[in-house]
Amino acid sequence: MAQTIPHVPPEKQLLLNVNGDEAVAYAVKQSLVDVVSAYPITPQTIIVEKFSEFVANGEVHTEFVAVESEHSAMSVCVGAAAAGARAFTATSSQGLALMWEILYIASALRLPIVLAVVNRALSAPINIHCDHNDAYGMRDSGWIQLFVENVQEAYDTTIQAFKIAEDENVLLPVAVNLDGFFLSHTLENIRILPDNVVHEFLGGHRKLAKTRVDYLDGEVPFALNPACPLSIGPLDLYDYYFEHKMHQVEAMKHVLQVVRKVNSEWYELTGRKYGDGVLEPYEVEDADVVVTVLGSTAGTVRSVVKKLRREGKKVGMVKIRMFRPFPHKDIAELLKGVKAVGVMDRGISFGSYGQSYLEIATALYSSKEKPLLVNYIYGLGGRDASPELIENFFKELIGIAEKGYVEEEIRFIGVRG
Amino acid sequence: MSELRGWRELPLGGIAYRLSTDYKTGDWRALKPVVDTEKCTKCMLCWIFCPDMAVIWDGEKIVINYDYCKGCGICARECPVKAIEMVPEHEVK
Repeated sequence: MAQTIPHVPPEKQLLLNVNGDEAVAYAVKQSLVDVVSAYPITPQTIIVEKFSEFVANGEVHTEFVAVESEHSAMSVCVGAAAAGARAFTATSSQGLALMWEILYIASALRLPIVLAVVNRALSAPINIHCDHNDAYGMRDSGWIQLFVENVQEAYDTTIQAFKIAEDENVLLPVAVNLDGFFLSHTLENIRILPDNVVHEFLGGHRKLAKTRVDYLDGEVPFALNPACPLSIGPLDLYDYYFEHKMHQVEAMKHVLQVVRKVNSEWYELTGRKYGDGVLEPYEVEDADVVVTVLGSTAGTVRSVVKKLRREGKKVGMVKIRMFRPFPHKDIAELLKGVKAVGVMDRGISFGSYGQSYLEIATALYSSKEKPLLVNYIYGLGGRDASPELIENFFKELIGIAEKGYVEEEIRFIGVRG
Repeated sequence: MSELRGWRELPLGGIAYRLSTDYKTGDWRALKPVVDTEKCTKCMLCWIFCPDMAVIWDGEKIVINYDYCKGCGICARECPVKAIEMVPEHEVK
């Protein structure tokens, strides 16, 4: 089973100058996707626009289904995936909100759909720029959620997402999150693999999982098929619903290991990796102060860490690449011995804290040496997170580490008073 | 029904592990369609309209499959010669 595809050196990888949306479209083009169904919404539009060009030019075998809403887009993906297709869609903000009820169906029916979420603030007031509250809104829907830092990672992660979703121990849909405009509309030079290498990496077209039912002999393919008929999505009341939710709990347990495996296979193939695939620490080993962050802001935080390190400050960063399932144990291990941690959230649960702060606080609760914890809410509605802003709160955190206590657990930064 | 199964014994994705025909939906019925075969002209409108495919042509006459007939009454409503009567379950012998 463990076949190794020969490494493709960078000079054999095509250099492409694309924005984040186009990078995702190229990744989908190469991933032998059978069905794409989507509805346009800024800043996701370019993904589907670009992909529909590939369809029109006959460059892909994909069935492209234009629909009247995101609710229908996800419903088409559910139907297609239940019939055994590899299905993809993309959306942002209000579109994702409209998909909401079907998101739960996709995950509970164990359909390995891939969804690109180009993160955008939710209305009202209406805004088209980046924050993560759209993604945080699907937190409990049973999807795997990955966040990327740059355009290259958007390309890499989209291909990886199909492999993760379709792993026989996972069979869960995956959302690949990229920051609206910061990534979706920003040009970057990226390296892409030859088509045939991507096909080989994914093992060709989607392979169906197997399952058993009482009325058919042996294992049968888990898909709609008149030759071995299955009832997908029947009524399920108090006598079995809870048991079926346990399937989702169990599937999530396998995800960490599979994401790590896919990350290291990708590294062997391309020379690129993102930490262990789940968390990407930077200068954390001897750090007194660490900041955690999701998405494109990780690039800015990394440059600030570099600058402060040159000034002799013991600071570091943990980029959270996977938000669901959340790697509680891994992050607690990384933050062991750190004096103060700043948790950056480009979103907020009103009446509570930032969503990743809640996870990290939970992760640290049973640690013996708990670092001091501050939640920094930043960048709502696309407000810029400048290096100066980040440097300021790093310095604030250094002060907190020296004092030994936190005055304000939640801080809103970059907002006018 | 057999004994309830644990989650490890269930197939993927909440699919039904038994056939839906194992579940006799006829016991939902409050009103029972009773066919007067003398009046029936064998036009088969009831067969066309039955949403549960519970009207069966046995080669000679209309028969209702009471295992799956939920008693909705569409057949009685559509019958042009009023050959089907909806009778409360407890009044049927």
